[in-house]
Amino acid sequence: MVWVLVGTLAVPLAGFLFILALPRRHVRWIHAVSLTASLVTLALAIALWIAFRPNEAGFQFHIAVRWIEALDIGFRLGIDGISLLLVLLTTFLMPIALLASLEPIRHRQKEYYAMMMLLESAMLGVFVALDTFLFYVFWELVLIPMYFIIGIWGGGNRVYAALKFFLYTLVGSLLMLVAIVWLGVYAEQHAGSFTADFERLRYIAPNLPIELQRWLFWAFALSFCIKVPLFPLHTWLPDAHVEAPTAGSVILAGVLLKMGTYGLVRFNLELFPQASFEYAPLLAWLGVVGILYGALVAFAQNDMKKLIAYSSVSHLGFIVLGIFSMTVEGLQGALLQMVNHGLSTGMLFLCVGMLYERRHTRELAEFGGLAPRMPVFAVLVALAVLSSAGLPGLNGFIGEFLSLLGAAQSRFLDSFLPAVLGACGIILAAAYLLKFYHALMFGQPGNPENYHLRDIHWLERLQLLPLVALFLLIGLYPRPFLQTSEVALRGLVAKLEQLRFGTTTIGVPEPKPPSEQPSPPGVGEPQKLLEEQLRRMPPPRP
Amino acid sequence: MDFIITAIPLIPLAGFVVLGLLGWRWRSETLIGIVGSSTVGVSFLLSLLTLGWLLQLPASQQSHTVTLYRWVVAGNFHADIAFHVDPLSIVFALVVTGVGFLIHVYSIGYMHGDRSFWRFFAYLNLFIFMMLVLVLSSNLLLTFLGWEGVGLCSYLLIGFWYDRHFQGVGILWTTDAGRKAFIINRIGDVGMLLAMFLLVKQFGTLEYTAINAQAATVFPVGSDIVTVITLLLFLACTGKSAQIPLAVWLPDAMAGPTPVSALIHAATMVTAGIFLVARLSPLFALAPTTLGIITVIGALTALAAATIGLVQTDIKKVLAYSTISQLGFMFTAAGAGAFTAAVFHVVTHAFFKALLFLGAGAVIHALHEQQNIRLMGGLKRYMPTTYRLFLIAGLAIAGIPPLSGFFSKDAILWQVFEEVGVIGWLVLTAAAFCTAFYTFRLIGLVFHGEERFDHRHIHPHEAPAVMRIPLLILGFLSLTGGLLGIPYALFPIGTNPNLLERFLEPVFTPAMVALGRAPVLAIHWEEYVLMLLATGVGIGGIMLAWRLFVGEGISAERQMEQRLGKLYRLLGHKYYVDEVYQKLIVEPVQQVSERFFWRLTDVMLIDGLVNGVARVIGQFGRALRRLQTGIAQTYAAVMLAGILALLSWLVFF
Repeated sequence: MVWVLVGTLAVPLAGFLFILALPRRHVRWIHAVSLTASLVTLALAIALWIAFRPNEAGFQFHIAVRWIEALDIGFRLGIDGISLLLVLLTTFLMPIALLASLEPIRHRQKEYYAMMMLLESAMLGVFVALDTFLFYVFWELVLIPMYFIIGIWGGGNRVYAALKFFLYTLVGSLLMLVAIVWLGVYAEQHAGSFTADFERLRYIAPNLPIELQRWLFWAFALSFCIKVPLFPLHTWLPDAHVEAPTAGSVILAGVLLKMGTYGLVRFNLELFPQASFEYAPLLAWLGVVGILYGALVAFAQNDMKKLIAYSSVSHLGFIVLGIFSMTVEGLQGALLQMVNHGLSTGMLFLCVGMLYERRHTRELAEFGGLAPRMPVFAVLVALAVLSSAGLPGLNGFIGEFLSLLGAAQSRFLDSFLPAVLGACGIILAAAYLLKFYHALMFGQPGNPENYHLRDIHWLERLQLLPLVALFLLIGLYPRPFLQTSEVALRGLVAKLEQLRFGTTTIGVPEPKPPSEQPSPPGVGEPQKLLEEQLRRMPPPRP
Repeated sequence: MDFIITAIPLIPLAGFVVLGLLGWRWRSETLIGIVGSSTVGVSFLLSLLTLGWLLQLPASQQSHTVTLYRWVVAGNFHADIAFHVDPLSIVFALVVTGVGFLIHVYSIGYMHGDRSFWRFFAYLNLFIFMMLVLVLSSNLLLTFLGWEGVGLCSYLLIGFWYDRHFQGVGILWTTDAGRKAFIINRIGDVGMLLAMFLLVKQFGTLEYTAINAQAATVFPVGSDIVTVITLLLFLACTGKSAQIPLAVWLPDAMAGPTPVSALIHAATMVTAGIFLVARLSPLFALAPTTLGIITVIGALTALAAATIGLVQTDIKKVLAYSTISQLGFMFTAAGAGAFTAAVFHVVTHAFFKALLFLGAGAVIHALHEQQNIRLMGGLKRYMPTTYRLFLIAGLAIAGIPPLSGFFSKDAILWQVFEEVGVIGWLVLTAAAFCTAFYTFRLIGLVFHGEERFDHRHIHPHEAPAVMRIPLLILGFLSLTGGLLGIPYALFPIGTNPNLLERFLEPVFTPAMVALGRAPVLAIHWEEYVLMLLATGVGIGGIMLAWRLFVGEGISAERQMEQRLGKLYRLLGHKYYVDEVYQKLIVEPVQQVSERFFWRLTDVMLIDGLVNGVARVIGQFGRALRRLQTGIAQTYAAVMLAGILALLSWLVFF
């Protein structure tokens, strides 16, 4: 199965190379290659999901190839339940995004599809990398195709948006690079050798003195929070979304933002637990502010894409709140909400794209009265809106409910207030989403052209129906998804609670026998290091 | 039995799926109508079967849970998709499916010729499913699914005729009324969400049986946490059941087709709040403060809505305020700990209010969508059956013995008098007087007096049989429904003659224990006095309205307007609550979002800062660029200067 994991990265990369080799006039071939590659990748991801053993702690399908030996940097890949869900999300959205590109993208198709393939490979790399250095490479690699997708195939103000997107995220990630190097140096001084091996670092890093941890925590967190984007670092998002082509928006909202929240879980909570305890309330509160602020600003928008962009700020606030509740419920909710947001916001962007193709405007006032003219479309948009609004029975509810439940129960936040204010976000969500829906569907058409709009055709339905199926599946039977990540998150939360309170209420399955854990030379037993750390921790506050 | 219980909600769901996916290509309205109604009819029969099964069990075992599968599991929290059958849930299921079935059949006639006939029945089936999930669920989370689900159906059905205009504050289209209902309900729903979080924290579960069983051991009576939880739950009830302060959506919900108003906004959905309080009665019984607040809110709502009902001129608006008022009666009872009386009134109210609404629908139909009662009159001659049925429903809601409304209202008034005191009783009696008055004002203006509609174009006639038969059945139920709850005072045999009370007793026993009330069968002379007084007040209201509106006809309207003066305007504008909400909440939120958060904070401050930093760096770069002149001589000169500087530093220091 290791090769399946490698395959998920290699197949899109092969597609990228293959498309580069194709003559640009063979447009059909280019479409076929990219679609096939993305579907094969999806199949591989599903195979991974089937082969994945959800009851086992730790990473599965390990692979480690030496790369820069002197610095112990390697091509290390592996997945656990957390990354697996995001791999599934990425591979699921990609074919849909490609289908959504067939009509709107009319020029430089070869470069476009090559970029999309490269993007898929890089995004998957971010989620499966188990080496800080490799992670960083993938992280930056994602920027390049996305920069071009916005900058070449985007709207009128695309260059400004692309540059803003690029610089904003680059600022954060450079700090992350410093932190990665610092971590390696620390490992060299205290554990014998420089390393970028995440599985070694996760035992070494929690031993950092707290003053140092704080700095490194923020170096990572800043980079991730820009990506999320967490209030007040969000202003690149509306511009990027408005200018990006439909497929770009789908991937941007669906996957790229999740790289930030994934990073917070994977690196900040895992590597800097003590700093996380300190800053959890701050970040959770920023999440709450994001929920309310994003919703209010979304409510004021008249541009469809801006409205959805700000709704993302609000939705991602729920995720951040769930993460920094540092409870299993909250993290489960946050993780499921990452998937949910990718699906429902992705679908909303697809729908907006379909309207844009017909009318070439994104102004809400230009629409209206579409329901009788596009009945199928109206039903599907309604489902996306309801999913996004967190209606029970559809996917969004489970994620939001668990995130807020976690925030309410959290021993780390120790306050009911974030949950209360976060829950108020669902009122505002109903307000701005129904404003959006009503402006499109009901009332008088804002422009006579609307009288002649055709309902969506089979290619468009093909993009939306798989998403609707998942809305219902996750809404009514979320267990396969929750189960996938349950063990990984339980382990994480148990470790956090142990470090902070000395006890844990979480039942954790037995760790793998030590012989399977690769123990690098020169480092003491990782488990022992952690135990040592546990002893040195101050006793829990009463 | 498990299979049958599971089928009760799932059959209407199947109806929704079939109608929703295939309905649009079915040409035959009959086929759609039969499919839509029969699913609910079958559900009703299965509910009856379940009732029979429950009745043959000993009272202590009348509680059965069917678990379908585990829905959500995360950390220490889990919730199931599971249905719970006990006397309370089956009573509600019977009302929902029974009255629901009649309204479905009625709709076949009412919606005849509508271009979205199939869509209407699909939505109605979905509603019945959601409502059944709400009442049959075994845990609060699944109830919440039903709770928001019925809200969704309400939204969809209020705006069913999405291309029609509707008048209201901030409302232009029927869909706007639907949106208002949805958003206001969501405010209440947040209360329910927060209550769930607190309950999970306290009990680790949301299962009703577990919560109800442990409540008394987990919380001391009147502890803060249980007060907060129950208040949050009650917030949800004020949304769904249209109580102060969230009542404003229900009158606007009348934008929907009349059968919808009858089914959702009178008989079933709006009573969900009563269901929730009754379902968690052991919890509410531990929070005397909450019960007090519920009583006060309920009584105030009952009186305020009844007074507004006095002056409305839209036939459906009169009935809508009447519904709010009657729901207020139920909450007052629930707050007084009289849960059985509250549920009893839910049942009888479902009969007579559905009858009133459907009768109003027949009238509206006969007059070609006319809803203004000032433009009606004299319909008694054309629609004698509808008139008689309207009279029955009117007498029932006015609380005239021996109709159903008398018994349930009497039970509420008596218990409120006993548990709350004379003030509570007075407020409700005043509301009852208004009820009798506005109902018979309605009857007088619609059925009596001169004919004020356009004779040339409108020829009123009795509704077709498919609409009339459901009305007749509801009329029969309104007449006899009181037999379910005959008070001991009127029928002092050896055992309690109140069938409903006996049936529901196992459900409410824990709450009664917590409240310290023991069931005693005793007769108080005050009860007879109150009964007589209440009946007298009802008759008084009827007589006054009859004298004015049957005796003098439309001119009484002008008289009333002059007599009441400013008060009339205040009532006509529903105490200006909508206007106040619009000015104090809706508009400020819109303004602040747009001006402060978006234009100022987001665009000017944050993005201004970002772009400002970029500009500063850009200018810094441009300044530095000057140094790179590209002239080799300059570089050489600078280099020389540097070397000299370094050398001199080495030499001199």
